[in-house]
Amino acid sequence: MTTTAASEGWPRSRAIAIAKHVNAAVVVFVVLYAIVGLLQPSYLEPAGFMNFLRRSAPLAILASGQLFVLAAGGFDLSMSALVTLTVIGGSMLADNNPDNTWWTIGALYGIGLAVGALNGLIVSFLKAPSIIATLGMLLCVDGAAMMWSGGSPRGYLPDNFRAFGRLVLHDVPVIGTFPIAVGVLIVFTLLAWWGLHVTVFGQRVFAVGDNPRAAELAGVRVSATRVAAFVISALSAVTGGVMLGGFGGVSVGVGSGLALQAIAACVIGGVQLMGGRGSVVGAVAGAFSLFALFTLLNLVGLPQSLRDTAQGLILISAVASGAWRLRHAG
Amino acid sequence: MSREKLMKRAAMGILAAGAAVAFATAAAAQNFDDPKDFAYAEQLLKMKPQGPEGKPWEQNLGGKEVDTSKYKKPGPYRICFSNAGVDNPWRVVGWTDMQAQVDAEKANIKSFTAADAEGKDDKQISDINSFVSGDSCDILIVSPNTTAALTPAVEAACKKLPVVVFDRGVLTQCPVTFVNPIGGYGWGIQTANFIAEKLPKGGKVLGLRILPGVDVLETRWSAANRIFKEKGINVVGAEFTGGDNAKTKSIVEDYIRRFGKIDAIWMDAGATAVAAIEAFEDAGQPNPIITGEDQEDFLVKWQKEKLTAFAPTYPTYQWRSAIIASLRILKGEPVIGPTWKLPQPDITDATLATYVDPKMPPLHYAMCGCKDLPGYPQRWGGKP
Amino acid sequence: MTAIVSRAPRPRRAPPVPLFLFVGSLVLYVGVALWTGQTSQLQTDGWVGLLQRMVALGIVSVGQTFVILCASIDLSVANLISVGAVAASFIMQGRDSMMLPAVAVVLTISVVVGAINGAIIAGLRVNPLIATLGVGLVLQGLLSASFTDFAGSVPQAFQAFAYGALGPVPYSVLGLFALALAAWLTLGATRFGAHLYAVGGNAEGARLAGVRTNLVMVSAHVICSVLAGVTGLYLASRLRSGAPWVGRDGVYDLESIAVVVIGGTLLAGGRGGVWGTLAGVLLFATLDAALNMLGVPAYPKLILRGAIVILAVAAYAARTREHVA
Repeated sequence: MTTTAASEGWPRSRAIAIAKHVNAAVVVFVVLYAIVGLLQPSYLEPAGFMNFLRRSAPLAILASGQLFVLAAGGFDLSMSALVTLTVIGGSMLADNNPDNTWWTIGALYGIGLAVGALNGLIVSFLKAPSIIATLGMLLCVDGAAMMWSGGSPRGYLPDNFRAFGRLVLHDVPVIGTFPIAVGVLIVFTLLAWWGLHVTVFGQRVFAVGDNPRAAELAGVRVSATRVAAFVISALSAVTGGVMLGGFGGVSVGVGSGLALQAIAACVIGGVQLMGGRGSVVGAVAGAFSLFALFTLLNLVGLPQSLRDTAQGLILISAVASGAWRLRHAG
Repeated sequence: MSREKLMKRAAMGILAAGAAVAFATAAAAQNFDDPKDFAYAEQLLKMKPQGPEGKPWEQNLGGKEVDTSKYKKPGPYRICFSNAGVDNPWRVVGWTDMQAQVDAEKANIKSFTAADAEGKDDKQISDINSFVSGDSCDILIVSPNTTAALTPAVEAACKKLPVVVFDRGVLTQCPVTFVNPIGGYGWGIQTANFIAEKLPKGGKVLGLRILPGVDVLETRWSAANRIFKEKGINVVGAEFTGGDNAKTKSIVEDYIRRFGKIDAIWMDAGATAVAAIEAFEDAGQPNPIITGEDQEDFLVKWQKEKLTAFAPTYPTYQWRSAIIASLRILKGEPVIGPTWKLPQPDITDATLATYVDPKMPPLHYAMCGCKDLPGYPQRWGGKP
Repeated sequence: MTAIVSRAPRPRRAPPVPLFLFVGSLVLYVGVALWTGQTSQLQTDGWVGLLQRMVALGIVSVGQTFVILCASIDLSVANLISVGAVAASFIMQGRDSMMLPAVAVVLTISVVVGAINGAIIAGLRVNPLIATLGVGLVLQGLLSASFTDFAGSVPQAFQAFAYGALGPVPYSVLGLFALALAAWLTLGATRFGAHLYAVGGNAEGARLAGVRTNLVMVSAHVICSVLAGVTGLYLASRLRSGAPWVGRDGVYDLESIAVVVIGGTLLAGGRGGVWGTLAGVLLFATLDAALNMLGVPAYPKLILRGAIVILAVAAYAARTREHVA
């Protein structure tokens, strides 16, 4: 086993090693945010930065969850509908009564668990490719949300439910304000990081994504791992939904397009599609980069529609450069 | 990521922007800023409605009666309805109103068949053709998805059946009647005048719109903008929110940060009104002057926070009027046509108490005219 | 060594899926019409209406079949349809003289977009989902930046495409079947078709056997994009104008993928065909018509469609032993 300490000049190789380690998406985010800060200095203040984090927390959480499925070689398109179902279902179950909040959130996680497990089982045992399986699930969950609510949410979200996405603590030492959303984000991403990069389970996820046959031969229970990945993705969708419902309140089409945005965030963060590689830091940084980009485009005054163009170009170039690097790596 | 890659990305972005700007010789097919329509709306707003007191869905603003004796038939009747879709809460409430009205009149109605076009023009054309070619309809009601695209289908339908159009119109006068309230210009006039009245000198107004290119919304903005310009009101921006709460909040927060203080918010629809107000709350700013719509969550917030607010409406009770018109036509009774203009009431501080109801769902439209219909309030999702 | 190119071996005892779907749809349509007493739907006009519902989705799905056969996918079709519809009506501006130039421009744009899709996927080795999603977003952005509403209009003569008929049968329906026939012949009787199946079944093997896989893939994407452009032309003709949202509103991207899969063309490529796709389109059209007759609201329809998609793909893939992601 070789040591990583380089033989020549310690500080220089140390710096290079660190530079290689830092995820490209983090660099992209820092650069984009710096430009945003130049244009609108209030973003550089602690309160402004905290607010930015509060807004982008839901996407970052969704990206972290989607990462597990991508790393295992699949796609989860049903996230969008699950977010919508969470907000609508949450409003109907809690019905503006703060006493209901906790069991409502529990019930929503239960629904998420069921949807994620179904996704995983359909892919693993019915052998349906995840693009189509989760597409079908997207339609089903959307339909279910609409049927349940009759097309329009039927209750208000109580204040303590909304606290997760909306509440900001004031008079906090050093940073001044601290949104609860950022707290949820930190907890969730730490869990995700631990799950994917520290535990054996995480290694299995990558193994399944890289080469399922080899993983199976090495004793990994491929189906169980895959189901778990989809469950994690679904739970992250529910969490994201609670945050979005909290931040914005009750509405109908909340989740629309979020699955694809989450995939985009992961892609910017360097995940390898069709499985095998990725990092939580990258996914989160990718989500922040997307949000920083949108903020930048807003400040610059670029028409809303060109945001889509920008997102599309970034998506393609991110994956292309990833594929290029892969082919030209050792 | 290397610097070259980053610059490549930036270059591509700039290229894309340049291409789009070069592209933008956009041709708008319809005129959403017609001074004649604007003047007509002003006129309508001043008219006193004729018809039974307290039932605006049966009232009319001017217009003349059409003789429908040639459509007279013995009942009970078979009514068919081509619905553009139920893809937003306004349409959901309206559709519920319509079904309740059918229920209330079930003695006269043998069958009520509805086809949902799911927001697709192509499907709605096929749906209308199906109704026309099948022959289980005595009358066809159409709520068109878009105006121009549905015109040929409606024209073909007119040849075989009496047709009633409501909400959005079509480009033909062949339907027996076209039922709708005053419309977007009226909305814009009402709301802009309110803001003009309440705005402090030099106050800043932020306009929040959903999407560009939607006919019913464009006229609202064009009318309001006309009045803002006339009165020299400072509109600091008109942003598109896509109808999304989170985006609305973010936009408002950014504007507050940029300008320090925003005095008034003008909205072309009320779905995200509460989110806009919350943005002020979260930023620690005093509540703005705001024009929203008749959604219950906005009305509840208005009452609770004692806002300086105004709610125009695009009443969902027009869905009731379509059924009422259809039955009159089939009975040979006179009906207002070729256009039946319904009154477009608004909600002010004085009338707020009659409309606010926390037991109704947040996105329920208070001007539904539905309190006397069977199934109220459960049918609309409310609690008794 | 001679390159032996043959069709990918057909699976033994492959169930005639297109036939099942076709018969099933007919039974559903006739059954519901009889049950609800709307027997007038069983006359000529009713059948014509049913077939007319198939046209828009049908044209684009035939294109999507080509792409999915070579183990790729195309998510940009919805936005390309919008581009085609808007470009056509914008250029025509209601004038007969501009009809041909407009059609030429739309087809050219489609070829270019298809080539770009193919190049990004085959050349830059970008995942097809991401590549076409990205291209679709770019198209949507550029379109929405330039047009916010219906643009221009389509002259009367061009409306014949959607509204004209030969006797009781509309030109557009005849066109759809002619297209399907041409596609079927291309896939079954030409070298290109054989190569397409080969690339979809085993790209590496095909390459080793001398098939120019990159070219095949780019061609498939060009065909798909051209057919998306044609769909845009059809919609412009039917709606008398084009708007930036026609493609997205029609959900042509996800629905075309869904019917191709339901029709038996496996998502991993290599097996399936055009008639299966058309049978899938017929099923969706029948569902629309039948649920209309029954008065079923839109929401349960969503769930039903989702369930059909899942069950269909599971039914086909159930015999697979390999791992699926």
